[in-house]
Amino acid sequence: MNETPFMEFLISARRNANFLVGAFIIASVVFVAVLAPVLAPYGYDEPHKADRLQPPSAKYPFGTDDFGRDMLSKVIYGARITLQIALIGTFIQMFLGVTIGMLSGYFGGLVDKVLMYIADLAWCIPGIILALAVVTLLGKGLNNSIIAISLVNWTQFARIVRAKTMAIKNQAFIETGIAFGEKAPTIMLRYIFPNIVPALIVMISLQLPSTVISTTALSFLGLGSQPPSPDWGLALSNGMKYVSRGQWLSIFPGIALVYTVFGFNLLGEGVRDLIDPRMKSH
Amino acid sequence: MFSYIIKRLTQGLFLVFSVSVLVFAMLYMMPGDPIDQMMGWKVSQEKKDEMRHFYGFDLPMHEQYINWAAKIVKSGDFGLSIRTKLPVLDLMKARIPITLKFTGLTLLFDILIAVPLGLVCAYKKDSPFDRAVVGVSLFFTAIPQFWTAVLLILLFGVTWKILPLHGYETPLHLVLPVAAGVLGSFASTIRMTKSEVLDVIKEKYVLTAYAKGLGKTAVLIKHVLRNALILVTVLVSLSIPWLISGAVILEHIFGIPGMGGLIVNSIIMQDFAVVQACVLVISLLTVSFNLLCDFLIGILDPRISIALKGGER
Amino acid sequence: MTHNSRELLKLDGLSVEYRIRGGYLSAVKNVSMDIGRGEIFAIVGESGCGKSTIAHSIMRLLPDKNERISGGIYFEGENLGAYSDNQMTAVRGKRIGMIFQNPLDSLNPVYRSGTQVAEAIFLDKKDRAIVWKEVIDLYREMKMPDPDQRVRSFPHELSGGMRQRVMIAMMLARNPKLLIADEPTTALDVTVEAQILEIMSRLRADFNTSILLITHNFGIVAEIADRVAVMYAGELAEQGSVFDIFQSPSHPYTELLMKALPHQSKRAGRLQTIEGSVPRITSTSPGCRFYNRCPIASGHCENHDPPVRRLGDSHSYACHNR
Repeated sequence: MNETPFMEFLISARRNANFLVGAFIIASVVFVAVLAPVLAPYGYDEPHKADRLQPPSAKYPFGTDDFGRDMLSKVIYGARITLQIALIGTFIQMFLGVTIGMLSGYFGGLVDKVLMYIADLAWCIPGIILALAVVTLLGKGLNNSIIAISLVNWTQFARIVRAKTMAIKNQAFIETGIAFGEKAPTIMLRYIFPNIVPALIVMISLQLPSTVISTTALSFLGLGSQPPSPDWGLALSNGMKYVSRGQWLSIFPGIALVYTVFGFNLLGEGVRDLIDPRMKSH
Repeated sequence: MFSYIIKRLTQGLFLVFSVSVLVFAMLYMMPGDPIDQMMGWKVSQEKKDEMRHFYGFDLPMHEQYINWAAKIVKSGDFGLSIRTKLPVLDLMKARIPITLKFTGLTLLFDILIAVPLGLVCAYKKDSPFDRAVVGVSLFFTAIPQFWTAVLLILLFGVTWKILPLHGYETPLHLVLPVAAGVLGSFASTIRMTKSEVLDVIKEKYVLTAYAKGLGKTAVLIKHVLRNALILVTVLVSLSIPWLISGAVILEHIFGIPGMGGLIVNSIIMQDFAVVQACVLVISLLTVSFNLLCDFLIGILDPRISIALKGGER
Repeated sequence: MTHNSRELLKLDGLSVEYRIRGGYLSAVKNVSMDIGRGEIFAIVGESGCGKSTIAHSIMRLLPDKNERISGGIYFEGENLGAYSDNQMTAVRGKRIGMIFQNPLDSLNPVYRSGTQVAEAIFLDKKDRAIVWKEVIDLYREMKMPDPDQRVRSFPHELSGGMRQRVMIAMMLARNPKLLIADEPTTALDVTVEAQILEIMSRLRADFNTSILLITHNFGIVAEIADRVAVMYAGELAEQGSVFDIFQSPSHPYTELLMKALPHQSKRAGRLQTIEGSVPRITSTSPGCRFYNRCPIASGHCENHDPPVRRLGDSHSYACHNR
């Protein structure tokens, strides 16, 4: 039987518990995010003035916040923001990391030295500080906080892509390509890039949870999403104002966040084990 | 050893220099300059230009940088906070030791708890104990540190009311923040220690130690732990930026008057001179922490000092 | 089990199996041999033939708990298999010492070489001055140049040969009756190899220490061993005195090895010139393991274990067709 790599992946995926559970969790989050308008009992920013700071009840299963907004609806709509953070944030990191890593690994020499020094620099400054600096420069807001976190987290991608590029560059088929007169951009895109895709998929899935956590942290500090966004980090930040009068404000968005991050973690470990078991030992 | 220190120190200084350029460029690129922000829109353009000239804001960027950096190096003068009109240095002075103490305590307890656990997990690999610890730490990696902090506050501060939940008046005030910090980092420390110890256990010299007749405990302490410690120190030093990141958020949550609280508030209040100074100082602290670890590694691992001694000859 | 006082170590039907996915892999099968006091006994074979596994099982230093050992290991008449882990700790270093292939990996990089030797002596003696004097004496005995200085050197500061001398010094520090040397010179160059071999022969002469030498190099066997066992894929093909083996090899495998052995160069003494590859063997598969490479194999060999045939007091081999 002639099996494609993708088929092989599916077959072994059926036996990988981490992958299965992680995929199930993330699928459920996606489901909730897509069907938010159907599932949510109220609008996420719909205030019920008479029902401020209500504890969980039949009417409001997750309670209400200080404006009388239904927390369940906020949590449901928040899933959209979280997935947006995960996908866009990780994509920007990957884009930066792949571009810089490939240039660095392909050209070597001074280009490599400069680019890797920048990567080292980003590595030794505490991530949150760098992100805070970027947010200061760009201003508060969800998109800016996603950019800020990406500017911090791209270095891991760059490092691994660089190493892979350097390894692939010396293989015979690349030299053949060069001998045929292919230009550097073609070599990088057509010859090298396809060979780093598996590693890239592993890196993306490992990077998703930390992207979500750091971006949500910025929202929690009040520097990411601004009200009335249903962002879970922002909701938790709001909950901090009512720790003694409205604990439910701090509980439910947090559970949703942990559930999602846990799902991404499992999915990441599953994908890594399936695609590249050797990466397990750092 | 000496030349190793010099080498590391130069690298560290160069790093701090790069950060300072970056930080300066950041402020330079901000729309509007400090004069606009201090004076507001009521003051006439001529008056503003005069002030700009007086403060040197009309000079080319590199000259401004040199002036700025020279002041910091000479007298620790980071300029004035735009909101409070106080020297930035005065704002930071009391806060630096607090952040150091907080981060240091977190690191200390992290190591005291996680390194022994990692060691036992490695030795009893695949035992119920190992599985339990790995499971719990996997679970904790999914919990963002700031939510751990929130939960601790809800449990110990609000529900049971046994610990203060905000402020920095007594040592008790540090219990929850340090606990949150440790809970946020112990999982990765356990995992690092475990994987390093597992690597060391496979080393031939451990076999040699058994072969010459040492008992289990002696081999564990003298050969496994001693060598794993070097690698753990390296990894801990790599995790310091991360630890400080956590500290910034935790200080904000628990109202600890450290650098983290200052920087977050300054960003919210758009007090850029303070942000700039904080970024610089925190990077400096990070680099110094890393240097300290490097020296420790140099002491723990004779190969490093030997390699360099050989280079000198 | 009768114990004869000439005999120091006796292996009686030793088998070692490693657990693998879906079964057991037979690394060593039914190996019996004995090593006399003051004797240098060599086990020869290609890499992966189980010779190192034998050495490590004697010391109970196999890598993990996934192995299954059967048969007896008798040392001075006592069954080491019945010893507790603590009793084995007392045997290691004190009664049986062991040195390894790569002397750089075998020394802990963070301690001075002398400290690592002293560590062994401290197990028996407490007085620092006496211990350190002994360390320096051992270094001198090992013909280390500058022993007073060298005890303070870290492993990285020593050459390969010096490291192996440190290893030998460490293992002799507690005067064991048997030294197991697992490929002691493989990582060293030829001149250093000669020096290490010279030290080992002197040991036997001066202290009557027995040596179990694990090697894949017939050149070394010819040089210092008294008796030799040839192993193939976990089984004993043939054993006898060095004279027997070189003059009248009886197992087809030994024969091929001898034919492939040019007379002078050391390099060529290594076993690498027979066609075919070693089969992967699960514990249940019967038959002669040399079957697929054997020039005189018959159909019977494939599914039946070969009988052990004796040619004299100590010379024996396992083959159906001879």
